[in-house]
Amino acid sequence: MPVMDKLKAISGKAAIVGVAESDEIGRVPGKGPMELHAEAGRNALADAGIDKSEVDGVFTAGYSTYDIAEYMGIQPHFTDSTSVGGSSFVIHIAHAMAAIEAGYCEVALITHGESGRSNRARAAGNPGLPGAQYEMPYGIMGAPIGYSMACNRYMHQYGEDRTREAMANIAVSTRKWANLNPKAFFNDVPMSFDEYHDSRWVSWPFHLPDCCLVTDAGAAIVITSAERAKSTKKGAVRVLGAAEGHDHGILHQMPDLTRTWGRHTGPQALEMAGVTHSDLDLAMIYDSFTYTVLATLESLGFCEPGEGADLVANQRTAPGGDFPLNTSGGGLSYTHPGMYGIFTVVEAVRQLRGETGERQLDDCKLAMAHGTGGTLSSTGTVILARD
Amino acid sequence: MADGYNKPIPIPQPESDYYWEGAKAGELRLRHCDDCNQAYFYPRNICPECGNNNTSWIVASGKAKVHTFAIVHRPPHPGFMDDLPYVPAIVELEEGPRMATQLINVTPEPEAISIDMQVKVVFESITDEISLPKFEPA
Amino acid sequence: MPVMDRLKAISGSAAIVGVAESDRFGRTPDRGPMELHAEAGRNALADAGIDKSEVDGVFTSGGYSTYDIAEYMGIAPHFTDSTSVGGSSFVIHIAHAMAAIEAGYCEVALITYGQTGRSDRARGALNLYGVTPGLPNAQYEAPFGIIGPPIAYSMAANRYMHQYGEDRTREAMANVAVSTRKWANMNEKAHFYDTPMTFDEYHDSRWISWPFHLLDCCLVTDGGAAVVITSAERAKSTRKGGVAILGAAEGHDHAILHQMPDLTRTWGRNTGPQALEMAGVTHSDLDMAMIYDSFTYTVLVTLESLGFCGPGESPDFVANQRTAPGGDFALNTNGGGLSYAHPGSYGIFTVLEAVRQLRGETGERQLDDCKLAMAHGTGGLLSSTGTVVLGRE
Repeated sequence: MPVMDKLKAISGKAAIVGVAESDEIGRVPGKGPMELHAEAGRNALADAGIDKSEVDGVFTAGYSTYDIAEYMGIQPHFTDSTSVGGSSFVIHIAHAMAAIEAGYCEVALITHGESGRSNRARAAGNPGLPGAQYEMPYGIMGAPIGYSMACNRYMHQYGEDRTREAMANIAVSTRKWANLNPKAFFNDVPMSFDEYHDSRWVSWPFHLPDCCLVTDAGAAIVITSAERAKSTKKGAVRVLGAAEGHDHGILHQMPDLTRTWGRHTGPQALEMAGVTHSDLDLAMIYDSFTYTVLATLESLGFCEPGEGADLVANQRTAPGGDFPLNTSGGGLSYTHPGMYGIFTVVEAVRQLRGETGERQLDDCKLAMAHGTGGTLSSTGTVILARD
Repeated sequence: MADGYNKPIPIPQPESDYYWEGAKAGELRLRHCDDCNQAYFYPRNICPECGNNNTSWIVASGKAKVHTFAIVHRPPHPGFMDDLPYVPAIVELEEGPRMATQLINVTPEPEAISIDMQVKVVFESITDEISLPKFEPA
Repeated sequence: MPVMDRLKAISGSAAIVGVAESDRFGRTPDRGPMELHAEAGRNALADAGIDKSEVDGVFTSGGYSTYDIAEYMGIAPHFTDSTSVGGSSFVIHIAHAMAAIEAGYCEVALITYGQTGRSDRARGALNLYGVTPGLPNAQYEAPFGIIGPPIAYSMAANRYMHQYGEDRTREAMANVAVSTRKWANMNEKAHFYDTPMTFDEYHDSRWISWPFHLLDCCLVTDGGAAVVITSAERAKSTRKGGVAILGAAEGHDHAILHQMPDLTRTWGRNTGPQALEMAGVTHSDLDMAMIYDSFTYTVLVTLESLGFCGPGESPDFVANQRTAPGGDFALNTNGGGLSYAHPGSYGIFTVLEAVRQLRGETGERQLDDCKLAMAHGTGGLLSSTGTVVLGRE
């Protein structure tokens, strides 16, 4: 089990000093996924005011580090291509902190890039994985179907109508945030509750607006020691808490379709940071689907099982509400190229820095960013703070 | 696709469209960093040396020298079965960068090919979209 | 750049407490790769005397996420690492596990590996020819028939021959092949346990990709392996005690062959010195070296890069069967990837053998008084390297 004394001893010792997206996000048919990695990496280094030659740790997912490092012209002394789906890039933050603390590297660059919308060269799935034998033959393929099946179980346990209302609340409140973010795919497109309820079914119980976007985008994060962070362009957003893990790979192996591994990573990350839920000014929760937010809020301990519907009721998570959630517009309305997790961190850092313009929260000092990967399989949580 | 062509065919990516269009048109196009004042391969919009994107395209002379080669006797892929033995190579272009290719119009024997020998590009059309830049003795 | 003061501070803070292969090994048409992971994992935990329920860190590579392997084995980990840089991955995981344990993220790390390189073809495995659409290799190397390690590594070897002499390189490659086979003849788990090899047989074997004979190339086998790591403190109470992780280093300078800065130098030029300095030892202190031998040439270029000798000097270093049983430089004592096993990503087996030699468990081939060992993995196309220095008190 994680050792809290040791974790507390490294809390805050590393800091995020650069974040960025690729030059363009959304529909980017003119750039391939590796180029999105490279653009985002360059932009995040510029954001930090750190030269590429100083990067000695490279982290990525979906590619090996040697593919991305070669493309960017980096020769790293620490390499981590841990790939657990959309949570990977949040988990990389925890790994980077350990690597920096151990002395393996000083400047860690985490890059992401995917052309979810425009990719020309999709790799085939691995026919040797259990999903290919035990789920795909039944048409259980891809995230919307798997997650909708989990959602239906939740509805069964906690009530269909109140779950539906909660899902609508999340879809609509997230869209309102997107309407305040010029980079959001749906920046110009409002959504009413009626539009939500009237939209077509993708995989019942999921309407189309229950499902995240499919876009092209890249993002990157630069991490260094808290000490070195002081001399970077924008200073430090310190990593106070971090946790990760998973309890299954494919859907039918999930112990409880209504509880994610966030039940461990939420408490661990908060305790490591020495804070509680109520101390948080912002939560960035991976919203691959509206249901993902409900299951995750409960698992992380923001409320009890089945109470997520009350937590998000009455647009409490929308702009002006008292629980700011997914202020970028999320995977539902801002961007979602495939593995969205890194974007939860990008927005959290920007809110903490006060860089988010119209959607900027007042006095945002402490944020949680949380990624989910696989089929509700893996979670990674970080607690970030501005001094 | 050319009839019977069953070897790997490149899938151009956005940053390499212009490269493969050039090959189809009989030009070996290289990325050039205008800050480093140096060409590089393979094509990326952002210079792998300095990380800037102050980059342009140049047309290579097509002249190169052999950096290394091998002579393949066991096919790595069914498509190369009828080509055995064939001669994959890395060549160093006159402009500086190295690229991977195949040597053609050479006798596939160690005595007949030498490292540092001068070669020049020839384009072999394999599909309507793709021509591969291969090299032969200059 | 790595910070040596910090690295020295964690040197020896973690230990390897369990190692094992899968039950079935070599040709296993009746075992899939995930099953080999699970078998090896179970065996390594038994070797350590640690229950599966205590595992809270899972490491793997090779087309699997940790959630695939952990689910298969029934583990719910609190630390997960699926860093994949080819055959060096599992050596690099050791460095990562030490940092994770030191940070407090986990207490017992399990690294598992399983691959059915030999039997894959019968089951229509993914990506049989190693060409991934969208990666630069698919555009800039594969179309020319530069597919798979034997061709790429032979091209690098030819450059080495050009720089340092064909005849002496050839003799060195033969020395590596023959000496490694002699070690395999002393390891009953080795694929070529019963098959000796003469120099004539080496030179007469057929060409795969000139300058590589068949006997310059590693085996293609089926097999799994696993390693269990915990803190040095906790290692004391395990079944066999700990083999201390004294030094660790990793990195890469390219992915595909033509991007390699110098075809005769690997990133081992950085990981060798870093791992040794972190351990506070020098080359001459080592009692053995386990050097990834995907090909005979890999050994030559790696020995030089790691600093065992200068560039171009490895033919002298391995001359006269100096690395064979009874020689004064014990190298790849399990029989290596060339003659023991090589399911695809062999690196983890360098660690298994080093640990067993340090424990004195290797029977006929056991070295006298083996206290300090290096294990070194290479991944990709001479791209990534990982080095660890291991010690037994």
